[in-house]
This record gives sequence, structure tokens and C-alpha cells, in this order.
Amino acid sequence: MKLTRESVQRVATLARLRLTADEETALAGELDRILGYMDKLNDLDTSNVPVFVDSNDVSEILEKLRDDKVVNRPNTDALLANAPERDKTFFRVPKIIE
Amino acid sequence: MILSALTLQQASEKLRRREISSVELTEAVFQRISAADDKTHAYLTLARESALEQAKQADARRNSETQLSPLLGIPIAIKDNFLTRGVRTTCASKILGDFMPPYDATAIVKLHAAGAVIVGKTNLDEFAMGSSAENSAFHPTRNPWNLGRIPGGSSGGSAAAVAADECLAALGTDTGGSIRQPAACCGIVGLKPTYGRVSRYGIIAFASSMDQVGPMTKDVSDAACLLQVLAGHDPADSTSSIRSVPDYSAALNGDVKGLCIGVPKEYFVSGMQPEVENAVRAAVQQLEKTGARIEEISLPHTEYAVAVYYVVATAEASSNLARYDGMRFGHRAEAKDLTETYMLTRAEGFGAEVKRRIMLGTYVLSHGYYDAYYLKAQRVRTLIRRDFDNAFTHCDVIVTPTAPTTAFKLAEKTQDPLQMYLSDIYTISTNLAGLPALSLPCGFDRDNLPIGLQMIGKHFDEATLLRAAHAYEQATDWHKKKPTL
Repeated sequence: MKLTRESVQRVATLARLRLTADEETALAGELDRILGYMDKLNDLDTSNVPVFVDSNDVSEILEKLRDDKVVNRPNTDALLANAPERDKTFFRVPKIIE
Repeated sequence: MILSALTLQQASEKLRRREISSVELTEAVFQRISAADDKTHAYLTLARESALEQAKQADARRNSETQLSPLLGIPIAIKDNFLTRGVRTTCASKILGDFMPPYDATAIVKLHAAGAVIVGKTNLDEFAMGSSAENSAFHPTRNPWNLGRIPGGSSGGSAAAVAADECLAALGTDTGGSIRQPAACCGIVGLKPTYGRVSRYGIIAFASSMDQVGPMTKDVSDAACLLQVLAGHDPADSTSSIRSVPDYSAALNGDVKGLCIGVPKEYFVSGMQPEVENAVRAAVQQLEKTGARIEEISLPHTEYAVAVYYVVATAEASSNLARYDGMRFGHRAEAKDLTETYMLTRAEGFGAEVKRRIMLGTYVLSHGYYDAYYLKAQRVRTLIRRDFDNAFTHCDVIVTPTAPTTAFKLAEKTQDPLQMYLSDIYTISTNLAGLPALSLPCGFDRDNLPIGLQMIGKHFDEATLLRAAHAYEQATDWHKKKPTL
């Protein structure tokens, strides 16, 4: 399989990444090679093998559920301190409706 | 006596006997950093002022409290993907800008409770994606044993800081070998605990089903000591285990008589540096001499591990890194509409390797490829886990090389991502299976670069793993060798 520049563009849109033309060309080649390496997984018949799940016991997870209680740490000001733009207790974001 | 050159426990003993104070020790570490960090570039951020304040508090606690942790007053370096309240956290990425965490990771909360001194934040591959620390958006870190070589990655800054005595011990994270491979490259001890043994709360997520926090130290007993403080359940991390935490230091009794040590034949393949193979074979003989029983074993799906890992890890990463959209924190690009803002923010903020992995992860999760790549990889992951389950029905510990070669040269593999991925060939399987594993020094090559020995344990059996590693360390003196900077 050869990865085309069009498929790279399609994936970049899904991933919300603006790529330059040079990046697209380079990635098409690199991803193609890496995906080619991954194709070795098809050597294995896995029709009767279950999909991997967490290595911890499920019974253990049920034992440790915490109370459904709001703890709200840290506080609003601390959370907003890193905002690129804020307005009082809100994050300011670009307009989405014209 | 150079205080920064002490091990954690040597320093702890001197503090306990009041031969030194934590302020003296912390000042000695910062003196060492002034002398060495221009060469190693291990740190991204130093927290000198708060460290000295913490050292003062530690000295005061020693006089007023009775139940004291061995970490009280010990200067520790932190990989820059742990959230540290009030200390800039970058994950070595431009996208986080000058992010100031509003809270501490659970591991950091535990260090503070024990009275440790946080020296600063160490360099890493951006978002912990890499095996050489060259993917940092700031600067590469250099190997203290040879400044033309990489320190390994992604926890390259922590490994270099420990090896160069720029701290007494450090924290790292390990998703595919990011604690163990740099530990091997820098000639120190690095332990990745069982998935679930240490809380991941407040660690910047890379691949959540494999990320794990662990100690990077000057010897095995320091690793046991630090793990003791880190391990345990955390209600804020639903994947952290409620199993009780054993006394790891008490497990280090030097006795490996009758212990069955498995040596997987698939781990000795063509392409590995002959000196690495010889050193690991010699270490196996040494363990046999100490009383362990050696058995050749087979982990038949080993050759698929790198492929499985780079499907699963990139899939999880593409999902985890979707949060970097420039809305609530970090860098935000100026653009005409919202979608364009997202796309430019991420284009400007992420480096080449992070973009590559987001693309790969998005691809393997996308419509039409999900079954062929993602589900397929998760099935093969089950096979890899079963290989270990079978081996551990009769073995107690598995011994392998940590990496196929010693530290390579800077820029040697940056143009070839697949070659870079293959440097994790021996460490990746344990993350896929969730097992604990550590690396410790077992020799040097002709260029005087350290060689790492990997030991893999059963789930939640860090005690036996540390016991075997400690017994080997007691019988050798590789860990006592230091680089001359």
C-alpha cells in the first residue's frame, strides 16, 4: 500500500494539524514505511484471540470506586490562570457563530 | 567529601546523624549543577529558591518530628512531565508555553509529604515521545559519560542528572522504556513499576494504558526506598491498585538461592552490539554463581512488540493530545475562525515527532483502518501478555539486555524514525503487558559507555525484582563507577 498525499491531508484534518507541503510529502513517506513495518502483525492469526483489556482485575476496580462527591480542586482562579484569554470567570474563545 | 555524589540513602544516614543539614546538601547539589549542567543540559527549569526553602523546612522537621521518611531533606529532580504547583511545567513542548500547574501530581504530593526537596524539572523528549531526549523543543541533553552521545529517552534529563550527581535521585516516567533505556545509557538504576502500582494523577498523559511513574537512582536500594514512598492507591487515578505495598527495602536480603531466572532466547538477536550481549551473558553467569537457577525460555511474540506498541501508543497519544487546542491553557495561534485556530495552534506548538505520532495514531483509529491496525494490535498485545504469563508459571524474574546498543551519537537516528523506535525493542513488551522491570548497570563497552541489564518481574512483585537486582549489584561494582565531566 502506498500512502498518498491526499490521505495524509485527510488524516491531518481529522487530527486538526495544519501541515506544510514539505511536511505532507515527508510524512507520506515516513508513515508509509512505519505502517509497512506494522503490517507484519498480519502474519499472525488472531481470529480467536480477545482484544487486550487492562492488566488489573476488574473485581479490584469495583472495590475501589470512590464516593460520588464533588471535590472541585483546584479553584476557579487557579484554573483560569493559564488561559490564553479570560473574562472574569470564563475562558474567552474565538467566535464560532457569525 | 562531595555531598552531591552521595547516594540517597548515604545522604539520608548523614542527615539522620546530623553530620550534614539538608540546606548544606541542597546547596552542594546546586553547586554541582552550576559546574555540570552547562555540559549535560539535564535541566529545563531550576527551582533553587523553593528548594532551599524546602531544605530549611526539612531541617526544622528533623528537630521537631519523630516519624521521619528517609527522603526528608533529599534533593530530587523531576522529569518535566509531572505537574508541579508553582514550578513551570513544559513537557519539553512549545504548546504548553509557560504553563504553571495549579496543582501537584500525586507523586509530587507524596514527595513533599516525605519532606523531599524538589531541585527542578529535567529535560525529556517532547511529550515523552522519543529515545534520545533530542525531541525536546528546548535543547538536547548530553550523556555525562560522553558529551557527544545521547543520554537516552525520554527521561534523558533525569538520567543525566542522576549520573552527573546533579541530584541525589530523580523521577521519570516510562511508557515504552523511557525510564529504563536512559538509565542504561547513563549507567544508573531505573525502575518502571507494575502498571497501577504508582498513581498517574498529574502526569501529562502520553499513552494512558502504559504510562507509569518510577524512580531513577544511583543504586538498587535507593530505587526500593523511593518506590516505597511513591507506591499505593490514589482515589484520583482509577487505574492505581488497592493492593497493599510491601516493605521493599526489607526484601533486599541478598539471597537469590533457588530463584528461577528466565533468559528469553528471542532477546539475543542479530543487530545487537556484541559487547552488550557479552555483558548480559556474564551477568546471567554471575546470577547463577550467586545461587539462582537459570533457564532458557521463549517469548515467541517478541518480534511483534514494536509494531503493536507504535499502533497502541500513537492511538492513545492522538486521543490524549487532542486537548491541546489553545483554548484553556498554553499556546494559542491567531486565525480567522475556530477550526483554523485549532489547526495553527497545533501546527506551531507541536514538534515533528509529536506530529508524526498524532498522525499515525489518528490514521490507525480512523474509519476503515481501526480493525486492521488498532484492534489487530490489541489482540497481538494479548498474545504478548500470555507469553509472559506462561514464562512466569516457572520463572520468578526474566533477564534481558535493556537496549540493543550503548548510547548512540547525537543526530545519529533523528532522520530515521523507525530506527529510533527500534531502540526500545527490549523494553516495550513489559509496558504492553503491564509488568514491572528495571535496568541496572552490568558493564561498559570499549568506548567506556555503560551497558544496562534489564530484569522483568511478575505483576506487583517489585519485591522479588528488586531483591534479584540488589543481589547482582552486591556482587559487582559497576554502579560505583562515575563519569568524569
